[in-house]
Amino acid sequence: MAEPAALSEVDTRTAGLAVSLRGVSKVYDSSVMALGPLDLDVRKGEFVSLLGPSGCGKSTALRLIAGLIAPTSGSVGISKPAGQARPGHSIGFVFQEPTLMPWASVRENVRLPLKLAQAPATEASARIAEALTQVGLTEFADAFPRELSGGMKMRVSLARALVTDPDILLMDEPFAALDEITRFRLNNDLLSLWRNLRKTIIFVTHSVFESVYLSQRVIVMTSRPGRISAEFRIDTTEPRGEDFRTSADYAGYCRKVSNALAPSYPGKPG
Amino acid sequence: MSSLQTPPLSAGQGAPESSAVRLVRILLPVIVLAAGVAIWGLVVRVNEIPPYVLPGPGAVFETLVNDWPVLSQSLMVTLLTTLEGFVAAAFGGVALALLFNQSKWLEYSLFPYAVILQVTPVIAIAPLLLIYLPQQTAVIVCAWIVGFFPVLSNTTLGLNSVDRNLAGLFRLYGASRMQTLRYLKLPSALPFILGGLRIAGGLSLIGAVVAEIAAGSAGAGSGLAYRIAESGYRLNIARMFAALLLLSAAGIVIYVLLALTSHLVLRRWHESALGKEN
Repeated sequence: MAEPAALSEVDTRTAGLAVSLRGVSKVYDSSVMALGPLDLDVRKGEFVSLLGPSGCGKSTALRLIAGLIAPTSGSVGISKPAGQARPGHSIGFVFQEPTLMPWASVRENVRLPLKLAQAPATEASARIAEALTQVGLTEFADAFPRELSGGMKMRVSLARALVTDPDILLMDEPFAALDEITRFRLNNDLLSLWRNLRKTIIFVTHSVFESVYLSQRVIVMTSRPGRISAEFRIDTTEPRGEDFRTSADYAGYCRKVSNALAPSYPGKPG
Repeated sequence: MSSLQTPPLSAGQGAPESSAVRLVRILLPVIVLAAGVAIWGLVVRVNEIPPYVLPGPGAVFETLVNDWPVLSQSLMVTLLTTLEGFVAAAFGGVALALLFNQSKWLEYSLFPYAVILQVTPVIAIAPLLLIYLPQQTAVIVCAWIVGFFPVLSNTTLGLNSVDRNLAGLFRLYGASRMQTLRYLKLPSALPFILGGLRIAGGLSLIGAVVAEIAAGSAGAGSGLAYRIAESGYRLNIARMFAALLLLSAAGIVIYVLLALTSHLVLRRWHESALGKEN
């Protein structure tokens, strides 16, 4: 398992895949197998949820895809952005916490990826304005993070991830800390963003309802070590809205996904 | 995702300290001061203590006014020394912390000596420094020695207290070392640095005074501490008190200035400067 994993960028382009994991595993210092081996393909423009109990390695998988950590074995393939004309990054990451710089205004927080990529100032301003419009925070560009509500902070975080116009958006339980009303609204907003921008989204969550509501494909993971135990395709009439949330279809999917998750509930033999 | 109902930016509505309480908080120390001075004066008058043992508050005040030309000059000398020592401590402390942050090896090699310099009483170092350095330099070095450590250790703490997710974000976007330092580490460390500077300000004054006193009998200097030593030899006790008063005042002003700076720099974002309403 010691062989170093190379980031392959070849095989993903031909097959229309955005992300391709092959036999990826991660062992932390404590020699605990955190993840894998894992095989996962995500098509371009697909909305995929990784669902599982805490400690099942879903966040680890996301960090591996983002390149924040290196896999112990296996390969992580990310599609190269087509033109590579725009400065920035092909991956946007939204953390569980808003992870904003408290000393900087909303605008400066959203500017960060462009600043680090040393994008020209005029282009940066236009893209910041665009990203803020996409998340509906134009009026709050000059506010500081502490002046915003939890949901608004998350929107800033989302705008920051969108500002580089990435092909892939990785979201690590982004709405877990929000109240349900705010979460529903952000779910709807995220869906409409996804419909308009057609990004590949990999969404980590521990909520069955959220995963079914949002994604085209729900991947259920089990813990120790993190593996894929089931996969569900959510087929329904698009665009989804509140009708879907209250439909019998939705309830059916939730039941199925829930049952697949059940073996990992504590107290039941897995 | 455009028609969002966003709550107004409320500035918190916790009740501020009522004005009566604030008044009491200002008034009480003033009353204590007045009472203390009155008792001092009374004790001196009733017991007929001679001014070369204990001058009354009136005599001290008189000396402060009459000797103002001499005292103010000494005050300026001490303040200048303190300022030079403080600036050296601020730059030295931050620079050293940045170096330590960039290179673990350097930190392991040098940090113990920074600690040793800190724990060795400066009053014991001062006479040695005076042998090898010109007096003015030795005084500044003393001010620097006591002042730089809090800046160093606070800055180090600050640089190591960076939010881990933010650090990850910087890595994700391929930030260079310099970019990480400039846009992430230094801003994160700023509240800590300012806290260190606040301590260093007072300590620089102490360092300057200690060195002046150690140098005192050598005699070329004319700072406030030197005035105190000199007035002691001449049994000019009133002037000792007057000089002491000025030193205290200088310390208070330095502290207030640094606290104010810290508040102004941090007031838009840091918890420490936001008051209790949030």
